[in-house]
Amino acid sequence: MIKPNGPEALMILIPAYNEGGSIRRVVAEARMIVPDVPILVIDDCSTDDTRTEAITAGADVISVPYHLGLGGCVQAGYRFAYDAGFHYVIRIDGDGQHDPRFIPLLFKRLRESRVQMVIGSRYLNGKVAATSFARGIGIWFFRQVLRLILDKEVHDPTSGFVGVSRQALEVFARSFPLEYPEIEALVVLQRRQFQFVEVPVVMRARMAGQSTITALRSFYYVLHVLLGVVVNILKYEGKRRKV
Amino acid sequence: MDRLLNIVAGMSILLIGLVFFAIRRAHIRVEYSVSWLSAALVMLILSQWQWALLQFAQFLGVNNAPFALLLIILSLFVIVFFRFSVIISDLKDANIALTQKLAIIEYQLQHVQEKHSPPDPS
Repeated sequence: MIKPNGPEALMILIPAYNEGGSIRRVVAEARMIVPDVPILVIDDCSTDDTRTEAITAGADVISVPYHLGLGGCVQAGYRFAYDAGFHYVIRIDGDGQHDPRFIPLLFKRLRESRVQMVIGSRYLNGKVAATSFARGIGIWFFRQVLRLILDKEVHDPTSGFVGVSRQALEVFARSFPLEYPEIEALVVLQRRQFQFVEVPVVMRARMAGQSTITALRSFYYVLHVLLGVVVNILKYEGKRRKV
Repeated sequence: MDRLLNIVAGMSILLIGLVFFAIRRAHIRVEYSVSWLSAALVMLILSQWQWALLQFAQFLGVNNAPFALLLIILSLFVIVFFRFSVIISDLKDANIALTQKLAIIEYQLQHVQEKHSPPDPS
């Protein structure tokens, strides 16, 4: 069972749903880059061999008994990391888009800047991988919305390549958006006056499978996230039950 | 107008009967049946107590009493549905938290069992 291996212990979190085609390579790459860092895969009730592949590659795996969706899956990892006493968690996707070579960079910024969240941004170094037109419009739209709310530019608001500190872990372990969590998570942080920075990363094409955000879902995505952002701004947490 | 009011009264009695039947068979919990019973009782009273219905219609500024009754029924059902949406959201939150905790405990238990299992003789 994975445990913190020092006072400022880092854990790599990989949420995965039917990533059997790529998870072994993602875990192996991460282990090569940061061999002493525990890797936890949260298997979101996959119907393929994601769990076996991840274990074979050397990761620890927590399997949730029914499909929670990305947010629920990531929150399970944050919950575990917080309870186990980890100080930092860096999340990468199981599809191979997030290059583990950038993990040390995110970790360094997380520790040195003392911010609560570091986002790996594909739009800071000019080397932008091809993205769909609908997604491009969505990212542009949310940049404008977030600029108004956060009073700060977020170049890559939909990036899931993020590192969080223990302070953010504590918050996310209790409350984390369920669907499309990246943008709403920024608003959750803002409410607590937490800070974040972006660092330039290069994102790759998926190793296998297809993105869950298709062109048809983009419209729903925009509406859902926009509503989620508004709700998170207005949310009253004074009487929130502890679950 | 009388026929419509009688139909509403009949539907209210049917709803009350259905709710009691569901409670008896444990298909619905008592605390969740209260909303439906209250809605059905209000429908029954207003459909049979025309004076009260007319007062309501006057209060709402509606000349047509049956229209006022339909408006009240619609409002009642919107309130009941909203209440159930709140309950469902609450249950979903609890469900997710339980699922996450179960998965984490299962993982921990598996490691404890592995640690305490006797070594393989081969």
